[in-house]
Amino acid sequence: MRLHLLALLAKEPAHGYELKQALEQTFGSAYPSPNIGQIYVTLGRLEKDGLVRAVDVEQSNRPNKKVYYLTTKGREVLMTWVDEPTEGPRVRDEFFMKLVLAPLTGIADRMALINRQRRHYLSLMGDLNDLLSRTEPGDNVAVLLIEGAMLHLQADLDWLERCQEDLT
Amino acid sequence: MSPVLKTVHLVKIYSDGAVPVPAVRGVDLQVEPGEFVAIMGPSGSGKSSLVHMLGGLDTRTSGEIWLDGRRVDTLSESAWALLRRKKIGFVFQFFNLVANMTVADNVELPALLAGASPKEARERRESLLGALNLTERADAAPGQLSGGEQQRVALARALANQPSVLLADEPTGNLDSRNTRDVLRLLSDVHKQGQTIIMVTHDARVASLADRLVSLFDGEIVDDGRIARRRTGTAGEVIDLR
Repeated sequence: MRLHLLALLAKEPAHGYELKQALEQTFGSAYPSPNIGQIYVTLGRLEKDGLVRAVDVEQSNRPNKKVYYLTTKGREVLMTWVDEPTEGPRVRDEFFMKLVLAPLTGIADRMALINRQRRHYLSLMGDLNDLLSRTEPGDNVAVLLIEGAMLHLQADLDWLERCQEDLT
Repeated sequence: MSPVLKTVHLVKIYSDGAVPVPAVRGVDLQVEPGEFVAIMGPSGSGKSSLVHMLGGLDTRTSGEIWLDGRRVDTLSESAWALLRRKKIGFVFQFFNLVANMTVADNVELPALLAGASPKEARERRESLLGALNLTERADAAPGQLSGGEQQRVALARALANQPSVLLADEPTGNLDSRNTRDVLRLLSDVHKQGQTIIMVTHDARVASLADRLVSLFDGEIVDDGRIARRRTGTAGEVIDLR
């Protein structure tokens, strides 16, 4: 989340709650609502690393709030992040480990594992379908996020089929 | 409740080549009225052969097929064809619309063949095209429509005779994401209205609409069970941005 916050602060200085709102507004309903505590912890670490600077702003009848600014060093780190290609997803799949290892112990049958997993994936896909139908069609960011999750899940199902062909 | 469709040890062996190729090897399947069954499995697992036999588009080698309580695999080809017009709707990956007939006529034809009066057929066509937002395309030729629109017309046609069973073989196999969404919505709607659906698909989005998943492997059913409907939680459970 560090770099996401830096990117938002590059636009304008903000306090923690504003950053939470900005994330929610940008990513829409598909984004798992960020935890405010986690945002403050991350901001604290960014400050310690010199990537952001906090300024206390006085408020009438309320405790001071901290407004965070991006530092020059923070901007450099952000630029590096933007300029680099992003790592692709790594295949490190918990189910695959189970599929390969569990039958060796004699406690599980691969066909049964695959069949159960397939139904589980379809049930997850049902959730994504529901989520998509509850999302405003004009909310492009949210729609694309959900479609991305669907395409990944489809790939997992296709892979499951390959496992079934070659491992059972 | 009696099953709308039932097979008993259904077998299909293709004997055209030098070596007989078994495609379906003893399938026992029972589908209740109103059920939505997705059939999945690797290519060559017998999915298409199975639904083609269920729809009478291919003959069985041995075993039994029962439709609405009547044994159909022993019917003559013409008797089966008559029954099929009344009881079965079929959607394929490629739309197979009649090119030189309008959209409206494509949809009315199956109802007329099934014995509906011209008035009934027209009303049914109007309501189906309306539900699919295709009313304005009624007088167009299929060739003037986009792939997604053609598949919606194919679906309307398959539903025109109010079939006991809607059979579908990769209905979204050829569609982009947006058109898949339209087809999904319609399948979901007709299923809610009680339409029995049996569908072969690789598309997990479509399969996830089903109540039940049948997995085929080497011509046999290796899994048959319900797809759990969870109470949808928050996005955080399915999407992780890190």
